[in-house]
Amino acid sequence: MGIITAISTWLIPCFLLLVLAAATWKKVPTYEIFVEGGKEGVKMAFSLLPFLVGMIVSISILRSSGALEAFTNLITPFLVFIGIPPEIIPLALVRPISGTAALGMTTELIDSNGPDSFIGRLASTMQGSTDTTLYILTVYFGAVGIKKMGYALKVGLLADLIGILASIIVVTIIFG
Amino acid sequence: MVNIIWAGMAIIGIIYAMFNGTMDQVNKAVFESASEAVTLSIGLISVLVFWLGIMKVAEEAGILRVLTKLLRPAVSRLFPEIPKDHPAMGYILSNFTANIFGLGNAATPMGIKAMEQMKQLSKSDTASRSMITFLALNTSSLTLIPTMVISIRMQYNSVSPTEIVGTTIIATLISSISAILLDRFFYYKSIWRK
Repeated sequence: MGIITAISTWLIPCFLLLVLAAATWKKVPTYEIFVEGGKEGVKMAFSLLPFLVGMIVSISILRSSGALEAFTNLITPFLVFIGIPPEIIPLALVRPISGTAALGMTTELIDSNGPDSFIGRLASTMQGSTDTTLYILTVYFGAVGIKKMGYALKVGLLADLIGILASIIVVTIIFG
Repeated sequence: MVNIIWAGMAIIGIIYAMFNGTMDQVNKAVFESASEAVTLSIGLISVLVFWLGIMKVAEEAGILRVLTKLLRPAVSRLFPEIPKDHPAMGYILSNFTANIFGLGNAATPMGIKAMEQMKQLSKSDTASRSMITFLALNTSSLTLIPTMVISIRMQYNSVSPTEIVGTTIIATLISSISAILLDRFFYYKSIWRK
């Protein structure tokens, strides 16, 4: 555990050290190049803004109306029938749609069930092993102005489904 | 498809609110989430500026090229459309590396640069095969060390905050391999249709 936390905290500073040392060695005008690259970041963040506003507003309409919850309740009996713990279902459904909502749910599940409970471990694994598909597609395609996503959404959502089922199976086998 | 999903979520939400009596919440959510999205984008500025600046320095110093050379054999088969020494490869690899260590903040700017390079290759506003493969891997999550989850578990006094690293790695591998297979399946299916 110590090693893993150490790696995560040391990685970025060491990477910065490597980049800056190598660049200085090669006589790259570091500061000027940094500023030049950084300018792109400002443009990028602003071009992303409308994509994010659009997507986030639409998702929050669905959530705040209670429709998402109703849908969850509707399919819960079916999911329980195939062996999925009912506590985890809202998280599984929200994970691909909204990153902040999923993180909130994971925290809540860990809080109410305890981090070392079956549900706590399952929520942790699920949170870590899938990503917010809709957000990723919005940001990446939005940033470079791709209008037709092709089969990207299908692949992303199906992979999420497999990731969620895999989490349940793996956690059941290992911590059962 | 994204148009239908986007409009669909809002339409279903609003119609549902009519019958559920939650129009108040919906009304509030529209304005609150819009400003939340702006805050999020503004928050992204710091990360994007910093990492794009550093990555530009890394590029000038030749570090991206070295990274690409080292890891290319593993990744080039996934992206047959990208020429071997193309800068897109360097950014894809930096994005993957950052993702593996759970550094989502650093991964996003590099991923966007990778997308820009891939767009220059395809010269169209339709998603290219490489873009979809790249995003399929990103959405399935490549995180081997979920730093965020570990820190939440620490906050709630877990006896062993990192015990879920093992299960996360296995689940991530399964979902990433499935993403690659699904990506290939839909790609060949789309060719067949033509």
